[in-house]
Amino acid sequence: MAVHQPLPDLPPPPSERGIWGWFRQNLFSTWYNTIASLVVGYLLITWLAPIVNWALISAVWTGDNTDDCRPGAACWIFVQQRLGFFLYGFYPADLRWRPNIVFVLFLITVIPQFFSGAPGRKWLALFGITGLPVLAFILIKGGYFGLDPVATSRWGGLMLTLILAYVGIIAALPIGVLLALGRRSEMPVIRGICVTFIEFWRAVPLITILFMASVMLPLFLPQGVTFDKLLRALIGITLFQSAYMAEVVRGGLQAIPKGQYEAAQALGFGYWRSMRLIILPQALKIVIPGIANTVISLFKDTTLVLIIGLFDLLGAVRSTLSDPAWRSVAAEGYLFVALCFWIFCFGMSRYSQNLEKKLDTGHKT
Amino acid sequence: MSSHSPPPQIKVKPWNDPRVRSAVFQIIAVLIVAWVGYSLFQNTLTNMASRGISTGFGFLNSTAGFGIVMSLIEYNESMSYGRTFYVGLANTLLVSALGIVFATIVGFIVGVLRLSNNWLIARLALAYIEIFRNIPLLLQIFFWYFAVLGTLPSPRNSLSLGEVVFLNLRGAVIPKPIFETGSGLIGIVLLVAIGMSFFLARWAKRRQAATGQFFPVLPISAALIIGAPLLVYFAMGSPIGWDIPELRGFNFRGGITVIPELAALLLALTLYTASFIAEIVRSGIVSVSHGQTEAAAALGLPQRRVLRLVIVPQALRVIVPPLTSQYLNLTKNSSLATAIGYPDLVNVFMGTTLNQTGQAVEIVAMTMAVYLTISLVISLFMNIYNRAVALKER
Repeated sequence: MAVHQPLPDLPPPPSERGIWGWFRQNLFSTWYNTIASLVVGYLLITWLAPIVNWALISAVWTGDNTDDCRPGAACWIFVQQRLGFFLYGFYPADLRWRPNIVFVLFLITVIPQFFSGAPGRKWLALFGITGLPVLAFILIKGGYFGLDPVATSRWGGLMLTLILAYVGIIAALPIGVLLALGRRSEMPVIRGICVTFIEFWRAVPLITILFMASVMLPLFLPQGVTFDKLLRALIGITLFQSAYMAEVVRGGLQAIPKGQYEAAQALGFGYWRSMRLIILPQALKIVIPGIANTVISLFKDTTLVLIIGLFDLLGAVRSTLSDPAWRSVAAEGYLFVALCFWIFCFGMSRYSQNLEKKLDTGHKT
Repeated sequence: MSSHSPPPQIKVKPWNDPRVRSAVFQIIAVLIVAWVGYSLFQNTLTNMASRGISTGFGFLNSTAGFGIVMSLIEYNESMSYGRTFYVGLANTLLVSALGIVFATIVGFIVGVLRLSNNWLIARLALAYIEIFRNIPLLLQIFFWYFAVLGTLPSPRNSLSLGEVVFLNLRGAVIPKPIFETGSGLIGIVLLVAIGMSFFLARWAKRRQAATGQFFPVLPISAALIIGAPLLVYFAMGSPIGWDIPELRGFNFRGGITVIPELAALLLALTLYTASFIAEIVRSGIVSVSHGQTEAAAALGLPQRRVLRLVIVPQALRVIVPPLTSQYLNLTKNSSLATAIGYPDLVNVFMGTTLNQTGQAVEIVAMTMAVYLTISLVISLFMNIYNRAVALKER
């Protein structure tokens, strides 16, 4: 009996294969695509080549001051010269080992979070949100255990940026979750309070809040009670971000089907237990992209503290640029800060995308 | 005989009764809020009294005595603090409105390019989005203001674009239109043409629904809106002239000067917000399922009308809510103007006026009230629009 033997498939035509096939499909598929590719490619080369040349190839990397710079070439000398100031602000140079220790601890707690199989990951995370801030405060602020105190007005640079962002996130997330639960509450008074609070903070710009924190907060407090400038900024940032966090979490809470709430009740769970064990784990998982966006925007928003006179990374670079010796390197300075922020923000957004993929159990409708 | 007996009444302890508990919690919450509010109020009063700060809005009528670099309404130093509020407000609204328009245009273009099947263009759009949305806005404002616009030449060596637009350290000088007699008619004709094309569209839609006959509304109304005013313009003998800026001594005379603060702020706000809008537009277009396109093609609709009648309306439904919040963000972010000295509400009123009068509570409250109002108004309009385009379910 004759058995039908299919012939093996023919290979794809040479025009669709290999690097030329890729070029044909992605760049030159139609006549207008060809024109567009050529024009864009030409513009890219004519624009990018001088920029790359300026920033990397002919750039000046080492030297002592702007006299060593060349016109038409980026001058990275001042980044190298003032790196200590950009990282720590006015923090005393001989005490910088203290923030360094905190930073190493921070890395130890954060890096395992990127690998699902890392041992003790949960404990490190717990340490990161409880022990680390306390330890960091003791180490950086000093004044305890014989450590020299360092006034918060001397904190600055990237260190201050990270402190603001980290404390802001850790404080804003729980407040935001509580506010979101309050907004979904069945008690009208609680709901009203939460709605007013959230909508107020979301409607006003962060800069007015920072102004308010620095100008009006002293008026609100009883006489004799004073907060330092950093703490006031932190309070403002935290309240502001918690409102945004609340809206993100509310989105997750609303996406949970009613059956889940009812199932929790049927199992005899009380409000807090059903929230903690059933609703919030699902809701928070859904809103991970939203939380990551809030975290990224908080990180970017920390630059605003320079307007009320704190020297974060951007503030430190700006104050260096106002020094006549370094006035001519403004573009390099801003590009340096931009690169720092970009690395952090881009990294966070990529991490959240990975996390989203990993946590996607397919239950989402 | 019924075997059912009424269930035994269970005596619930009051602290286990949900209604009692919720009432107690709410009373406690009200008491806490009232107490916090009262103590804040009391503290503020005592603190202000001890610092000798007067209360009330009387300061708004006293003379301001400081100049403002840019004002859309008439303003000079002898006017009141209340006037500075309006000057700042107008400048805030100007930069927000322009920013919204430009960011929408750039964002939509980039969002569509992001989906281009040309690899180079799609990657370029992606690179733009990833670069601009991951860098703090304040930094971008500084970059444009200090590192780019700050390096422009002095007025005498201005960069000129066709001897009509000039760029220099003090800003961009652009020609100013002069409306002579008869130019009002052009505006009236333009409005009439817009109104006519609106009714034309309604009529064509009704006719198509009734008879199935198609009427080319778009080209005809475009011809109407562009052609009619042009015709009147030439018929009236070109009544709109241009005041072209001219270099006199060390500065330009004539034209409109766009101050560099405005240009830098606008550039940064536009590019930053556009990167977010581009992602919103992209996700909106992607969210329209492929089946919709195929169904439209199966109905025999040509490609262009598939886009206009099927994809865009459904994509807009996804795009509009996040787009609204981007508009709000842009408006709020315009307050960063204060960092480079663009005279917006925060810079003028919450900056200079507050420093001069010391009326922190009143001024901060007024400024916040403005932003609250803007937010509420924009979200109100967007909610109305959103309701109009939302899915009409049976």
